[in-house]
Amino acid sequence: MTLSCHLKHAFPGFTLDTRFEVPDGLTVLYGRSGSGKTTIVNAAAGLLRPDEGRMQVDDWLLFDTMRKAWLPAHQRRVGYIFQEGRLFPHMSVGQNLRYGRWFAPKGATPEPLDRVVEMLGLGPLLHRRPAALSGGEKQRVAIGRALLAAPRMILADEPLSALDDARKSEVLPYFERLRDEVEIPILYVTHSAAEVARLATTVVTLEDGRVTGQGTATEVLGDPSVTPLGARAAGAVIEATIAAHHSDGLTELNAGGAPLFLPALAQPKGSTVRIRIAAHDVILSTAEPNDLSALNILSGTVQDTRSGQGPGAIVSLDTPAGRILARVTRRSATRLGLQTGTRCYAVIKSVALAPEDIGG
Amino acid sequence: MEWLTPAEWQAVALSLRVAFWATLFCLPIGVLTAYALARWAFPGRQALNILVHLPLIMPPVVTGYLLLIAFGPQGGLGAFLKDTLGLTFAFRWTGAALASGVMAFPFMVRAARLSIEAVDPKLEQAAATLGASRAWVFATVTLPMILPGILAGCVLAFAKGMGEFGATITFVSNIPGETQTIPLAIDLALETPGGEGRVMRLALISIVLAAGALALSEWVSRRVATRVGGA
Repeated sequence: MTLSCHLKHAFPGFTLDTRFEVPDGLTVLYGRSGSGKTTIVNAAAGLLRPDEGRMQVDDWLLFDTMRKAWLPAHQRRVGYIFQEGRLFPHMSVGQNLRYGRWFAPKGATPEPLDRVVEMLGLGPLLHRRPAALSGGEKQRVAIGRALLAAPRMILADEPLSALDDARKSEVLPYFERLRDEVEIPILYVTHSAAEVARLATTVVTLEDGRVTGQGTATEVLGDPSVTPLGARAAGAVIEATIAAHHSDGLTELNAGGAPLFLPALAQPKGSTVRIRIAAHDVILSTAEPNDLSALNILSGTVQDTRSGQGPGAIVSLDTPAGRILARVTRRSATRLGLQTGTRCYAVIKSVALAPEDIGG
Repeated sequence: MEWLTPAEWQAVALSLRVAFWATLFCLPIGVLTAYALARWAFPGRQALNILVHLPLIMPPVVTGYLLLIAFGPQGGLGAFLKDTLGLTFAFRWTGAALASGVMAFPFMVRAARLSIEAVDPKLEQAAATLGASRAWVFATVTLPMILPGILAGCVLAFAKGMGEFGATITFVSNIPGETQTIPLAIDLALETPGGEGRVMRLALISIVLAAGALALSEWVSRRVATRVGGA
């Protein structure tokens, strides 16, 4: 499966001009607010008619302005999960869930209601009204409603951004399940690096209406030249397998042969996890550090250092665990003589590896 | 002694009938017009808005006169409807219903429009992405949410239909048993020596009917609102 998108649309004071092609799975459109992410999903849903462009999933054409082709929103069968849920207030949760099913074509085979209800844990909510639900529950219902309309593609526009951290970690796993269990393309908009790290099969970064990068989460987040949200939000993603759960509350990971310790994870031993290591949580040292409280020390080679206008610099480091990014001051980079090829050690506090940055 | 004379009963029954048909006539056209004014951008939108409100701001006599010109025996529309549908309005109770309906129309449109504008278009978009065509979106999302507003509009239209005087008397005159609704009967009674008792009774009935309609609609719309609002 390939989703190809080419869009040009002029807003007052802002022009979107993007072109990308992505494979199967969950594609995250990653960028600041106002970078044009929502415009892309709205065009995919048929809610916004772009000045120019074409969008296609394999041979399923959504629109093509050159050929004056435009599938109206209600005939597209995209499951759209909105930022604010947009549940129908005059219907019960059950009625909301079944809404799309009335309109699904005869040939379509929607997911069985029971399975979706079970997968999203909606059983106890079916007879409630949306007004009586928490934010996290609303978003779970919204996911179910989109899924039950027998969609050919799922769109999610910052579905977690209206939720507090506890609710976020309640809903995030459902998107992981969606990615792993549903065989249709998912376009997911976010400005959260943590969500990119956990969910993305492919990341497309957007800045000021232009595509600035594309690749896997590891590739894109590990590339110091692509920081759509600024250096402050930079942080690489590495993949590791769970080696052991220790009795003192720590989980040991095996990251390319190097051990990493972090607060206990729920996943069983042997499972693969992605961890996002925020660049500002990494300390660099050219001498091998001893007698430190930090448990995680990775040796590596500087691949690149980049400084922006401010006092900071982003150092990218190749380690056995993979590419990681460290955000240090330019002064430190000069003092340590960091340049391409320098051997150094990255120090990461275990407690800095927050569970919300870790996904399966 | 009878509480109401048969002629007075006739006026009450006629008023109810006229108001009922006036409301029924206003309802679909009024909601459609309100939807167009609230949601669609089209040339002449402002002109339509003014046209809808004209009966509210023109002297009712003028409205009645215009109806007489259009739907009277010599009127083009009147002749056309008589030939095609066998429908006559001039000096008939149907004419009274038409006059009341036209006078009530702006009330219906205003009430419906306010409630349509209160519906978040984002919910309608969500329904479209779930596969609902425009008509289905209206029937399953917009309509249930504007029901309380439409009910309020119906009550206003009904009350206007019960009380309409100027346009009715100009258009269809004051014919007992045919076009003489309560207000017209009161008017006649006022000019008849010794008619004070009648005036009093008819006025009282008017008040009771109006208050009853309002109470009923309050009750219904509160029930609908809890169902729709989903507390």
